[in-house]
Amino acid sequence: MKARKIKNITMTFVISLFAGICLLPLFLVLYYLLKNGLSSLNLEFFINNPKPFGETGGGMANAIAGSFIVVGLASIIGIPIGLFTGIFLTEYKNSKLSDIVRLLSEVLQGLPSIVIGIIAFSWIVKKMGHFSALSGAIALSFMMIPIIARSTEEVLLLVPDSLKEASLALGAPKWRTMFSIILKTASSGVIGGVLSSIARVAGETAPLLFTAFGNRFFSTNILKPMSVLTLQIFDYARSPYDELHKQAWAGAIVLVLIVLLISLLSRVFVRKLSKGVK
Amino acid sequence: MRIGKFYSSDNIYSFILYLFGLFLILLVIGIFSELVINSFPSIKAFHFSFIFKGVWDPARNEFGALPFIFGTLITSFLAILISTPLALGTAILLDEYLSGAFSNIISSLIELLSAIPSVVYGLWGIFVLVPVIRSFEQFLYLHLSFIPFFNSPPYGVGILSAVLILCIMIIPYTVSVSKEVLKLVPSDQKEAGYALGATKWEVISKIKIPYVRSGIFAGIGLSLGRALGETMAVTMVIGNRNAIPKTLFDPANTLASVIANEFSEATSSLHISSLIELGLLLFIITFIVNFIIRIILRRISFKK
Repeated sequence: MKARKIKNITMTFVISLFAGICLLPLFLVLYYLLKNGLSSLNLEFFINNPKPFGETGGGMANAIAGSFIVVGLASIIGIPIGLFTGIFLTEYKNSKLSDIVRLLSEVLQGLPSIVIGIIAFSWIVKKMGHFSALSGAIALSFMMIPIIARSTEEVLLLVPDSLKEASLALGAPKWRTMFSIILKTASSGVIGGVLSSIARVAGETAPLLFTAFGNRFFSTNILKPMSVLTLQIFDYARSPYDELHKQAWAGAIVLVLIVLLISLLSRVFVRKLSKGVK
Repeated sequence: MRIGKFYSSDNIYSFILYLFGLFLILLVIGIFSELVINSFPSIKAFHFSFIFKGVWDPARNEFGALPFIFGTLITSFLAILISTPLALGTAILLDEYLSGAFSNIISSLIELLSAIPSVVYGLWGIFVLVPVIRSFEQFLYLHLSFIPFFNSPPYGVGILSAVLILCIMIIPYTVSVSKEVLKLVPSDQKEAGYALGATKWEVISKIKIPYVRSGIFAGIGLSLGRALGETMAVTMVIGNRNAIPKTLFDPANTLASVIANEFSEATSSLHISSLIELGLLLFIITFIVNFIIRIILRRISFKK
């Protein structure tokens, strides 16, 4: 009898300890980010481009701009394809073909991002003959498509059938019902899914290593190599210069803030949907 | 049955939708065949010995995948081994012990772990974790080197650092899936346990966990899929040595990390093709893992 009680108390303690161990790295990572990065995070960092090696100063303006361009371009390509694929999965949810599409979209989502980098390299970089921001954006869009498709399908299925039937009974065609009724009802959930896919790819490095490649200069030409925040952090972290290490930490703060902000926004939208449907 | 103009506009609509469905199918088939076709020179040169050969030497045009297959599997499995009890404990704490705002705060913090980009974990790994591991290894080397496995020179970077980083990165996935499936246990089962006088721990270990065992396995599988394909953080702390590691502290390489390291610098076509074949192997391994999870998950949803 007593042994059981002791075991119960011990296990409560062990479980709390385990949860503490799981949370510890989060605080350690955030602490060191702020400790090592804050000192280099000033206006200069946002408006200057990298200085030649060995000189102090300089910033990551090129990489910050590059991140927005590459992720923006990936969104332009990936969002419509993902949305329509999601709508396809909803409209034909019981067909054989949508089962296959669902399976393959899971395969695509589970694909290691470095493999997607290889594919974008051999489909685009090799054909064009040089690295480009566009090839990086396409690689990222391949990662966005399955995420958006699955999340869109999930939220569209939450819309009650009665709404759809009412619209069809009034004589609206199926596409009208989808776009004006179902998508509109579930819009905040769809937007939430899209935002979470953007947050996911904004922190990606591996698919960009041999596509966007990186660039020490400010560039807005999407057909040329472009620097991206994640790539620049990676390069700086492996360089031997202390100054660049500090910049890498500062860049990491900016990257984490951007990603967190987008995921927070995504959760706000998703929560709005779950309130609306109820 | 519909009439006139609605009929035709819906036809166009469904045609467009089918196009997008087909696009996704073609995309995945295209990715797979591109990998296979580009691996061909390497497959032709090495056949099956590619998988079993332990030498990777671009200078002599000799390529074997064994060190990387080994590196990928050992880091992922060790990470799963360490992180699973920790993550499961956290999920149980969130499900059974905490409630309301406090539980929400902790699960949001755990989710935050998964939002941090892997290159940031890598950066933290290089400058914070690796030095700590290095001094730990130095201690072992100086004081306990008579024990085999503890006598490797203290590099800091290596299998152990990679495993720890992977642990941190996969914990949120195991936690979130386990937490979700633990919710599925019907409360009458739980209450029956308490009514019989079981302690909280007995209800958890003898009723709840057995009930959702397969769901927890699916969560572990999801984390395993992540760990196998994780590239940046591992590349930055594993030490990038193309040989089979002998101890836990040796530098090594995984399938993903060797591709990240060598792909843009590879010049000979056989080297590139061999790297792509490594990508193909990675594709196949993660595909098998994901396929098994899918079967498990499907079985759970049938049970519901």
